[in-house]
Amino acid sequence: MQSTETGAGKSRFSEMRAALWVLALLFTCFAAVLMYFGQGNGNNAVKDSGFADAFGGPFALTAPDGSTVSDRTLAGKPYAIFFGFTRCPDVCPTNLARMARLRAQLKADGNKFNIVFVSVDPEQDTPAIIGEYVKLFGTPIIGLTGTEAQLAQIKKGFAVFSQKVPVTGGGYTVDHTATTYLMTANGKLAGTIDHQESDTVALEKLQRLVG
Amino acid sequence: MIALRRTSLTIAALACLAATASLGHGYKTGSLSIKHPWSRETSAGQSVGGGFMVVTNTSAKPDKLLSATTTIAKEVQLHTMSMDGGIMRMRQVSGGIDVPAKGTLELKPGGYHLMFMGLKRPLKKDERFPVTLKFQNAGTLKVQFAVQAVGSTGPIEADHAKH
Repeated sequence: MQSTETGAGKSRFSEMRAALWVLALLFTCFAAVLMYFGQGNGNNAVKDSGFADAFGGPFALTAPDGSTVSDRTLAGKPYAIFFGFTRCPDVCPTNLARMARLRAQLKADGNKFNIVFVSVDPEQDTPAIIGEYVKLFGTPIIGLTGTEAQLAQIKKGFAVFSQKVPVTGGGYTVDHTATTYLMTANGKLAGTIDHQESDTVALEKLQRLVG
Repeated sequence: MIALRRTSLTIAALACLAATASLGHGYKTGSLSIKHPWSRETSAGQSVGGGFMVVTNTSAKPDKLLSATTTIAKEVQLHTMSMDGGIMRMRQVSGGIDVPAKGTLELKPGGYHLMFMGLKRPLKKDERFPVTLKFQNAGTLKVQFAVQAVGSTGPIEADHAKH
């Protein structure tokens, strides 16, 4: 009896010791993570909130030439990303044309960011169709789309809404978020441009993004 | 410097002349007049285009834009667009769009527009294509839609007319 109790006591003690070690390890990891992100914040002009850290990637989509473009391949240069579809009669061409116009106004700084257009209508918009579409705007635009699963992932990452709405004759149109998201070179959310915002405000935001 | 000024004056004068010449892009039937029908250029594979115009009714009786047809697309639909908390929503309009008595119906970006569904070919900048509009009272009227640059937010002719 005695020895059994002592054995139980010993094993309880070693369990506690193991738990303490695990706790210490967890604490060290947590501190390391904190230090890492703390340093990151210090180096960035744009202040990152926890929300911004989680926003956007990871994602992978297909470019008109068939290559894969992901949050990793886009890293290294800030980018403005907009979601839509090529049969969008108004918001999409207006936004993309504005991006092209503002890029021209930024002169040399205009090359310091990428413009990315993601079609959320893969049924209609093949990568080739998107490639033709983005050419209309007279400035390099990275036109992307993907499988339903890939699009679901990026839409979730950017909190983008899109929904098919049927019209007569068997066709459909797509309701979608019309916000442009501005991402830093290391893939963090720097801000947004609203569809109804003035060119002046939008230009200032882009200047801050590339500055 | 003077030469430069003269050149820019000449350019301005020419621009004004061009604007005056193109102010004729309007149509009339009975009490309805249609001004500056315009559309945006489209790319190969882009199967839909939007159409915009201003319809003015001088009559004391309201009218209604019922439908439209064109040779360049399979179907023309009446649509409206709205912004709702950052989300663009587009809806087909059934039953036509009212043209108020002694008033104006504007089909413009951000609101009512014609949708050319199933384009048979891309719309090229600077070309014009025919559209037949059907109104409840005024009957049918054939107009020409002017195709403008993709970045246009209004009819180029109207912009010139303001200067």
